[in-house]
Amino acid sequence: MRVLIPTALLLATPLAFAAPADLAQSRIGFAMKQLGTPVDGGFKSFSANVELNPAKPEVGKADITIQTGSISLPTRDAEAEAKKKEWFNAGQFPTARFVSSSIKSAGPNRYQVTGKLTLKGITRDVSAPFTLKQQGALNVVEGVMPVSRLAFKIGEGDWTDTGTVADEVQIKFHVAFPATTK
Amino acid sequence: MNRPERYATPSILLHWLVALLIVVGFGLGLTLSGMPLSPTKFKLIGWHKWLGISVLALLALRLVGRLLWPAPALPGTMSPLAQLAAKGGHLALYALMLAVPLTGWLMSSAYGIPVVYLGLIPLPDLIAANEPLAHQLKDVHELLNWTLALAVAGHALVAFKHHFIDRDGLLFRMSLKQPRT
Repeated sequence: MRVLIPTALLLATPLAFAAPADLAQSRIGFAMKQLGTPVDGGFKSFSANVELNPAKPEVGKADITIQTGSISLPTRDAEAEAKKKEWFNAGQFPTARFVSSSIKSAGPNRYQVTGKLTLKGITRDVSAPFTLKQQGALNVVEGVMPVSRLAFKIGEGDWTDTGTVADEVQIKFHVAFPATTK
Repeated sequence: MNRPERYATPSILLHWLVALLIVVGFGLGLTLSGMPLSPTKFKLIGWHKWLGISVLALLALRLVGRLLWPAPALPGTMSPLAQLAAKGGHLALYALMLAVPLTGWLMSSAYGIPVVYLGLIPLPDLIAANEPLAHQLKDVHELLNWTLALAVAGHALVAFKHHFIDRDGLLFRMSLKQPRT
């Protein structure tokens, strides 16, 4: 039998939730615009370590590594193109990584994470609002991080044209990790 | 030469506008189908979709026009069989003008890429993303396009036959200018 901890007690207890993410319940996707048309994609393979205590969010941490070659897009042509040198250059830069530097509370269950995103060998400061929700035995952080693809040289040469592929890309993260670690 | 009645002016304008859109849309489709991915290809795909959706919207207007202003009678010199063939041909052209853009739209939805008309008006996805179905719809779209190309070529050839061989003035039904008498 499982012992249910009352929520009030749980919130009052300074427990740190630190664990590798439950990848089956996690998703890293992105949305961009091509000629004003919204196009969605994602990364099938990534790993994440998230540590977040709602009582002390400022000591929380997130470290996410994405396999750039696992990109998924609406067509196989687009996937093949995305791995090329002009885009992710997945051969030379097989991973992208986000490491948080600070997490701040921004209201009930709302937070703002700031950190460094390294993509195609380029590191930039990025920031994203996110929410924390408990779903059964899992804690789920979910948010959208706007990034400039050109800041990371994603889409070089002719592809720098933002009329065809917009510069802003919304990285959508939904990372689930065990609510308690014992 | 007898002077047959012409189609209503809006019907004539729509006919030629749609003809132009179909020719350009077909040419674009043919061009982009062999191209590697590039910003140019993205633009051509966008224009191709917008042309197709335009044809679909104008088709609706043309059908309304058909109801408001019935087509002028075919020349009495045409045999009943020829008249039947003409009506069947026109019906096939209308069916293809519906089926070609519709399969293109379906194909785009199946690929998981929405159609945003002129980059401004998002159209609903007709079906959920389904890659194997998208490939099948692409084949159907291409086959229907070649069928439409054949139908349009036949339509034009028969029109020229009426004009240059039968000399029955049939072409003036679709002329923006009054025939000289």
